[in-house]
Amino acid sequence: MTVDSVTDNQGLRLERVHICLGDRVLVMLDATVQRGETLTVMGPSGSGKSTLLAYLGGFLDPVFTANGRVIVDGVDLTKLEADKRHAGILFQDPLLFPHLSVADNIAIAIPEDVKGRKQRRQVAEAALEDAGLGEFGDRDPDTLSGGQKARVALQRVLVSRPRLLLLDEPFSKLDANLRDQTRQLVFDRARRAGLPVVLVTHDEDDARAAGGQVHKVDPA
Amino acid sequence: MAGGVRLARLAPPLTLAILLGPLAFGLAGTALPAFGYLPELGGERFTTEHFSALGQVPGIMRSAALSILIGLVTTLVSLGAVAAFVASDLGTPGFARMRRMISPLLSVPHAAAAFGLAFLIAPSGMLMRLVSPWLTGLDRPPDLLIVNDPMALSMMAGLIVKEIPFLFLVTLAALPQTRHVETMRLGRSLGYGRIASFTILLWPPLYRQIRLAVFAVVAYASSVVDVALILGPHLPPTLPVRLIDWMNDPDLETRFLASAGAVLQLGVTLTALVAWIGLERIGALLVCSSRQAGRRWRRDIVLRAAARGVMAASAAIVFGGIAVLALWSVSGLWQFPDALPASFSLRSWMQALPRMSGPLATTLAVAGLSTLIALTLTILCLEREYETGRGRGGSALLLIYLPLIVPQISFMFGLQVLSIWLGVDASFSALVLAHLVFVLPYVFLSLSDPWRAHDRRHDLIAAGLGMSRTRTLIAIRLPMLTRAILTAAAVGFSVSVGQYLPTVLIGAGRLTTVTTEAVALAAGGNRRVIGVYAFMQTLLPFLAFSIATGLPGLLFRNRRGLRV
Repeated sequence: MTVDSVTDNQGLRLERVHICLGDRVLVMLDATVQRGETLTVMGPSGSGKSTLLAYLGGFLDPVFTANGRVIVDGVDLTKLEADKRHAGILFQDPLLFPHLSVADNIAIAIPEDVKGRKQRRQVAEAALEDAGLGEFGDRDPDTLSGGQKARVALQRVLVSRPRLLLLDEPFSKLDANLRDQTRQLVFDRARRAGLPVVLVTHDEDDARAAGGQVHKVDPA
Repeated sequence: MAGGVRLARLAPPLTLAILLGPLAFGLAGTALPAFGYLPELGGERFTTEHFSALGQVPGIMRSAALSILIGLVTTLVSLGAVAAFVASDLGTPGFARMRRMISPLLSVPHAAAAFGLAFLIAPSGMLMRLVSPWLTGLDRPPDLLIVNDPMALSMMAGLIVKEIPFLFLVTLAALPQTRHVETMRLGRSLGYGRIASFTILLWPPLYRQIRLAVFAVVAYASSVVDVALILGPHLPPTLPVRLIDWMNDPDLETRFLASAGAVLQLGVTLTALVAWIGLERIGALLVCSSRQAGRRWRRDIVLRAAARGVMAASAAIVFGGIAVLALWSVSGLWQFPDALPASFSLRSWMQALPRMSGPLATTLAVAGLSTLIALTLTILCLEREYETGRGRGGSALLLIYLPLIVPQISFMFGLQVLSIWLGVDASFSALVLAHLVFVLPYVFLSLSDPWRAHDRRHDLIAAGLGMSRTRTLIAIRLPMLTRAILTAAAVGFSVSVGQYLPTVLIGAGRLTTVTTEAVALAAGGNRRVIGVYAFMQTLLPFLAFSIATGLPGLLFRNRRGLRV
């Protein structure tokens, strides 16, 4: 199965990825993540698991040295700049842009090939509708509840048509019941969009809900 | 990240050139004539005779010594008051009140504050009127030399009330980088008084951060011209005032003397700085010995009250002074000892406005343009810093502070010589460039902290969404930092409006601003006209800051996440 996926070039391939700080190896990883599947990277805080996400996203601090390759659907991301990688990210905080309306938060993420004000607006409205937030387009993002913000952040990253999805403990700040719900929603949408997902977390429940392979990073 | 905003690569070298180019050329242009070389005036060979001539000028050593003293006393009093007040009241409601009251004072130009003080404390000033004749029995102003006193006390007071808000705000900006709440609690729980806890535990790291700003105060106070013209002693005046007199002397030969004097001024400011470093050492020793003796200093109530008193007085003097300036500008007949004018009239304004329109237009154009350039360069430099992760080190900060620490007069003289030589004196662009040397550091210092504190993850998300750096800058970062950007612009604008010396020297009397006109009125003593000009000088920065605070609220009235 793995052989198949490599030959048809689908999904995310992490090829002998090494990230070091000085002569200390923080992350050592070789893995393949199919479209719609999740690779969970677990480890205590300070273990360098967020460094892996920074590496994948293309904004690794120059104090780190990294080796290896990141390939998505046959495209080598390793040499690309952050804004050319199309690596969508969700952080702990939804980080909606506070100066834009809810709909504009999504509209700003729509790729440039969707042309025309009206059409872009429609895409944004549809994405909000899909998240059950159809009425909220003109609202100030700061007036939404925590769960609503998380859903807007998810829709924002999805409309940007990313190649892969990076999750940096995105559920850790949510209430317990909201957490399950949001978790299901995120994995469900990622599967539907056929995105390979890399999840960084220290929560065993996250790993279980993700259901894919788990890579443990040693404490520093 | 190899991509990024393309223009941003040019910004750091260009900024350095703007900050250091005028400094280097200016110092050279001062030093060459000082050593006799200025072919246009027949100075063809190097000589030290101008320095010997300088040494023969009566009272020159007293002028120089006075300038050093003013630099040290001004800094010591204002820094002491600020430190003691922060130590005493940090975290109390009174502290927040003082913060709101003091902050707007920063925008008041030095010259306006000096005029305000003069109008308050002069023998025929407001304070004397308020206590006459019922307390003093006077029905004519007493024959006292209060303003322009030979000890320069009034001049130091005029500087102190303006340096207090500056040092206060610089200290406030540095505070969040210390764990001041916990540290103060810790000190108090060990039995130390508030001021002792602050001095022993918080002050050393805090002072390290504000040290360059303190140096700038020492340098400024030891070389200031406009405040000295308004409040400073006459016989002899402080060194910078004498230099300006020589510079304006119709006998062009005197320029050599003036240049030699400007080199002496460099030495004077340097001496003041070295003496200040000596005072730092003494202070550190005192703190150290008190700490080793374990003294608790629990009874610090007198010192705390004094600090509060000085802070409140400085605010009251500046506000009161401006009020009196405004009152004079609309006064009709106003005889001593009446506390209020017998009649009010807009005549002074009507007469002054037509003559003021030219200088006002120049003021606005120079301030607007220099601020715009400074803001653009600062934003691009900070963007470059973000992209490369470099440039926030101590040496970069020193370079930014350098034009604020080297005495203006020592390199502005040379710049004037240079501008005449290049034929760009009294040109608008040369004036903008001269202002930019001082506007740029303040804009940079004002914007860099909020810029660096901005949550990077917004940029990372934007990159993940496929937005280029340029687009992220325009669509995300700049709008989110609107408030900080407008505040930095208001700071830059105020700095430009307040510039006296560069305007006088580079404008060469043909390009004048509200500030140069106001200071030129000092000798005349027509209080109504001074009131009009000095009030206008205060009004411009005030308007800039009002826009900076009001506009974001209006733009983002429906955006809760951007409220302060």
